[in-house]
Amino acid sequence: MNFVGIDMGSTCSKLVALNEAKEIVYKEVVPTGWNCVETAETLLSHLEAQGIPKDAFRSVATGYGRVSIPFADKCITEISCHGKGAVAIFDEPDFTLIDIGGQDTKVIEIKGGSVKNFYMNDKCSAGTGRFLEIMAGTLGVDLNKLCELGRQSQNHVSISSMCTVFAESEVISLIGRGTDKADIAYGIVESIANKVKSQMGRVSSDPAHLRLSGGLCEVPFLLELLSEKLGGEVKTDPLARYAGAYGAALFASELK
Amino acid sequence: MAKEYHPENPELAEILDSFKNSRELGTMAVKSAHEAGKVIIGSFCQYAPMEIINAPGFCNFSLCGLNYDPPVPLAETKLPANLCPLIKSSYGNVLGDYCPFAHYADLVVGETTCDGKKKMYEMLAEMKPMYVIHLPNNPDWERSLEAWRDELEKFRKELETRFNVTITDDDLRRTIKISNEERRQQARIYELGKFDPPAITGMQMRSVMSSVYYLIDKEEKVQKMTHMVDLLEEAWREGKGPYKPDEHPPRILISGAAIEGVKEKTLEIIEDLGGAIVCYEGCCGISNMRRPIDETKDPMTALAEKYLDVPCAVMSPNQRRYDQFRDTLDEWKIDGVISVTVHSCLPFGIESHTLGKICEEKGVPFMHLLTDYSPGDEGQMRTRIEAFMEMLH
Ligand code: SF4
Ligand code: SF4
Repeated sequence: MNFVGIDMGSTCSKLVALNEAKEIVYKEVVPTGWNCVETAETLLSHLEAQGIPKDAFRSVATGYGRVSIPFADKCITEISCHGKGAVAIFDEPDFTLIDIGGQDTKVIEIKGGSVKNFYMNDKCSAGTGRFLEIMAGTLGVDLNKLCELGRQSQNHVSISSMCTVFAESEVISLIGRGTDKADIAYGIVESIANKVKSQMGRVSSDPAHLRLSGGLCEVPFLLELLSEKLGGEVKTDPLARYAGAYGAALFASELK
Repeated sequence: MAKEYHPENPELAEILDSFKNSRELGTMAVKSAHEAGKVIIGSFCQYAPMEIINAPGFCNFSLCGLNYDPPVPLAETKLPANLCPLIKSSYGNVLGDYCPFAHYADLVVGETTCDGKKKMYEMLAEMKPMYVIHLPNNPDWERSLEAWRDELEKFRKELETRFNVTITDDDLRRTIKISNEERRQQARIYELGKFDPPAITGMQMRSVMSSVYYLIDKEEKVQKMTHMVDLLEEAWREGKGPYKPDEHPPRILISGAAIEGVKEKTLEIIEDLGGAIVCYEGCCGISNMRRPIDETKDPMTALAEKYLDVPCAVMSPNQRRYDQFRDTLDEWKIDGVISVTVHSCLPFGIESHTLGKICEEKGVPFMHLLTDYSPGDEGQMRTRIEAFMEMLH
């Protein structure tokens, strides 16, 4: 029997498959696209190709598209799944997890190995991965390049608008004024870090135990800026991108 | 999960059913009151002293807007978009003549509560006869009580001269007595949530509370409520409550304001996901129902005392609300608190922070849901509520 976790986010879908010993035997990321049900089928066919056919696994779905996965045995929210996955990945009982997702940013307080409190941004996309993408688009670069550029900034500028729409016009007027791209990029990444900082105030956290999960954990410059703003090193792990899917797979292994 | 009542209890099923369509009940009530030639007063708030309004036989109807479309988009043609949706909806309902209660109202009564409402009243006065009672901010000062008593006296005079009636102290004593009884029965409805498992669901509480509001005949109203609560208690004792006797759903306290307008995406989901809403705190919550008006005192003083005691977030400082909140956590054996507030509601939004701190102190999980009448955040609300429920398990 295998255990499968699927984290269907607004931009990317992550999958983790475990064996009986709860070791990861397969993982992948695919774009979610427009149709969640189709994405779910694609994932299913990939699993089959890996020798994990439909009747040989139990699965838990999470993420915003969790209800669109017809073959999942159970749906559990991304808060619980990220928490569970992160506890296993970081192998610690007490920490604060920051997850910058495509559509929302979550701050999750973990105590004694389980979720004790959490905060999620509301409707607005400020401070999310989507914000970074839109801003990168405005600068005509991709997300990784944006962060690289930011690191090269000599004269930091700051983007004061929290709102994506206003921030975009702020960026456009900076471009119009001939401000260096790298400086604008810095301002953009910094505004994410500031937003996360204000969200951190909603839960209790210890700057000595900060962890990052989600799609942006492979962006070193963001980690640096976050650490600087939050007053403590923000650590991550190559697996942290899969925290939600991993947690879901672990939940699947506990299903009766 | 909570179920509907057993069919073998048709009487109870019928009573609860009769409370399902509060809006229709209200529309019928206001029309027949108007046709019977009664004076109709529209009000917005727990601070509107219904005993004074009812004393000369006037009817009181709430004009609080609860819906998004059409009133909110219409209101936004005049009011700022970043204003509390309850205020926009109430105003838009009058502007578009969508609300039967406002339509028939002979006078609209407001109080100086939050800033948005005060300013909206100024604009409402262009469309409707309007009277604003001035509410002091600090409930603890002796001089607040004096000023408030004077304001209520002025309001009583206003009703007398405007409608050419006299309101005697005896009239007031009569309406005080009946409204005390009314609040006592309303408190009992919330107290059904103290049973383990609860003898009523949170959604039933809401539909009953919003429907009884429209029973104009107070004697009938008290009787109907008393009977219903008796039946619910009896059903519970026979093991036929909304939950199975051995079920112990997580007991949730709801706190906040303007909840009625967002109940589908918050309250309904909470109970759908297996939580049991056992009590409400805030504007229409338990505390207001619990404290009766002193029947031995001069009626105007007793009324002033009672209404200054409404635990609304427009008061500052608001220690009374926090104390009552703490007591409610203990008395209802609360497992989790969800504070529901709407965008741009500053008073309740800010006080949410303090409620969260009290919960932390008492080790009760707490979540603040910030939402709006406008659609679009149903999915996010559900995820948050679901995660909160998973956390309680
Ligand atoms: S919340 Fe306060 S201001 Fe609003 S209706 Fe209730 S008592 Fe009045
Ligand atoms: S919900 Fe808040 S902002 Fe809206 S009317 Fe009530 S107190 Fe005022």
